[in-house]
Amino acid sequence: MKTIAISWRYLWSRPLAAALNLLLLSLGLASITFLLLVSHQISRAFERDLAGIDVVVGAKGSPMQLILSGVFHLDVPTGNVPLAAVKALESHPQVAKIIPISLGDSFRGFRIVGTTPGYISHYDAQLAQGALWRQPMQAVIGAQVAKQTGLKLGDSFAGTHGLGGGGDVHNQTPYTVVGVLAAGGSVLDRLVLTATESVWKVHETDTALDEEDQKILEEEREITLALIQYKTPLAAVTFPRYINSTTDMQAAAPALEITRLLSMVGVGIDVLRALAGVLLLTASLSVFIALWGAVRERRADLALLRMLGAPPRKVAGLLLCEALWLALLATVLGVLAGQGLTALIAFTLQLEKSVLIGALSWPVELISVPVLALGVALASALLPAWEAYRVSVFELLQPG
Amino acid sequence: MIRTRQLAYRYNGGPVLGFGDVDVPQGGLLLLRGASGSGKSTWLALAAGLLAATEGELTVADQPLGTLKNAASDAWRAQTIGFLPQRLHLSAALSVHDNLAMAQWAAGQAPDEGRIAEALTALDVQTLASRKPAQLSGGQAQRVALARAVLLKPRVILADEPTASLDDEAAAASLALLRTTAQHQGATLVIATHDARVSALFKNEKGLRSMQVGCKTL
Repeated sequence: MKTIAISWRYLWSRPLAAALNLLLLSLGLASITFLLLVSHQISRAFERDLAGIDVVVGAKGSPMQLILSGVFHLDVPTGNVPLAAVKALESHPQVAKIIPISLGDSFRGFRIVGTTPGYISHYDAQLAQGALWRQPMQAVIGAQVAKQTGLKLGDSFAGTHGLGGGGDVHNQTPYTVVGVLAAGGSVLDRLVLTATESVWKVHETDTALDEEDQKILEEEREITLALIQYKTPLAAVTFPRYINSTTDMQAAAPALEITRLLSMVGVGIDVLRALAGVLLLTASLSVFIALWGAVRERRADLALLRMLGAPPRKVAGLLLCEALWLALLATVLGVLAGQGLTALIAFTLQLEKSVLIGALSWPVELISVPVLALGVALASALLPAWEAYRVSVFELLQPG
Repeated sequence: MIRTRQLAYRYNGGPVLGFGDVDVPQGGLLLLRGASGSGKSTWLALAAGLLAATEGELTVADQPLGTLKNAASDAWRAQTIGFLPQRLHLSAALSVHDNLAMAQWAAGQAPDEGRIAEALTALDVQTLASRKPAQLSGGQAQRVALARAVLLKPRVILADEPTASLDDEAAAASLALLRTTAQHQGATLVIATHDARVSALFKNEKGLRSMQVGCKTL
């Protein structure tokens, strides 16, 4: 018989205590796993959606709102800016690339985004089926939109006014699906993409009374915001100031705003982390009490092992091994539960079309879970193991 | 064989406990008599190499004790001494078979299924191998504990109060079993007891050595 086999039997010789400790330890590790996964996935999603966007230019208002609405499509936009003003920026010497974004309508909660094909190529998104739009009122839908709405190539649909749903339906101007994007994990997965002109067309058809009216509207055309890539990193110093002081628009740097956002969210994560820490500490105490009780209860057993010729380290090792079993089982259960919880949250969030969290990921940080489990188990087994180490054979010889 | 000369042990700051000299040939029988707390346990611990004598000489199975240190002493004890504790101390978490397997593990030996079966069969408890100690009768449990004691073919068997809490009939059966098992193994048998029935039962035993403990405090 091996040490691991014997310690396994001993562990489960007290099934209730073992199960309880396993539960406590697993819960602590599950919350740690969950926190690790969520913060990993959120920062990864932010990084991915942020990739290469140096500054966002839009209507004046909260810079964070501008970023959240324009880059991550989470918040409502701050307003619109004149097309002409954005066009003027294209010739700015520090600007390498401009992607216009026009918001306003949605389809079953998925935003309809008027833009240029540059938006798709910016995220290196690939078409799964069909082609890009060639004229207004053609739409390319993200993978998740296709999955949840059931829209297929050639289907037509009408946008709803407003980003939330429940607004007026633009029945006169339906879109036709000409392409479906392959899932790439980026924000594009949950967007309906179309030409900027489509958005104008939908609203002008709805409001223009005659051709003259139409002309005026065309002159006053607006977009919601523009995603801009710099030619040189040095632009970060001067360009936002130039926009903010000389135009009626504002420039917001996503990197800056996201750092601000994460530091705000970070407080919440820290609180959760502290909670998980308390859980782990409780589990550790419980394991300690159980092992301590086990040593007391099994003093005679342990003393007999000494009598049978087992050196003290073997007896202590038996106890450590029991704690290690707990750590191993709790790690497996905790990681599984944490992954399950994350998948559950991701499932719920995807339904709400918010930040994309993939179902399964195994970030390197996850290695801290078994390390923590091992640490907790060893720490709580140390004293009991020492007690087992110095157990005296006299316990056997002297009655009473 | 067991041979002692002027053996004495002093507890930390306590009185010195002296023991009479004994000479037990290999395969012989030694009765260690005395009331509770008289020093029988100390003598057993000395003979098992768990304590080092303060004075005197002690040779057990050709091994002069006192020269062995820690691990070597543990290994020697595993090979040489079979121990039958008063309260048996079968591990409740393990089956009868696993209790014996654990003895092999504790001694650092490779698992030997054949030997376990042999030891259980010798004591007529092979059919109980898969039971837990809680499912055994008192007599069965003692047989299993004895099977464990002789598992590694020890040259000395130490039995601590084997007749405590047994009625006359059971005590006689238990002692007879001990004696025949030890003889079968060719092992020296030491019985520590305060029970007068033990001396009475063995009074016709040839070559019986007997030592009264506790009367000789120096």
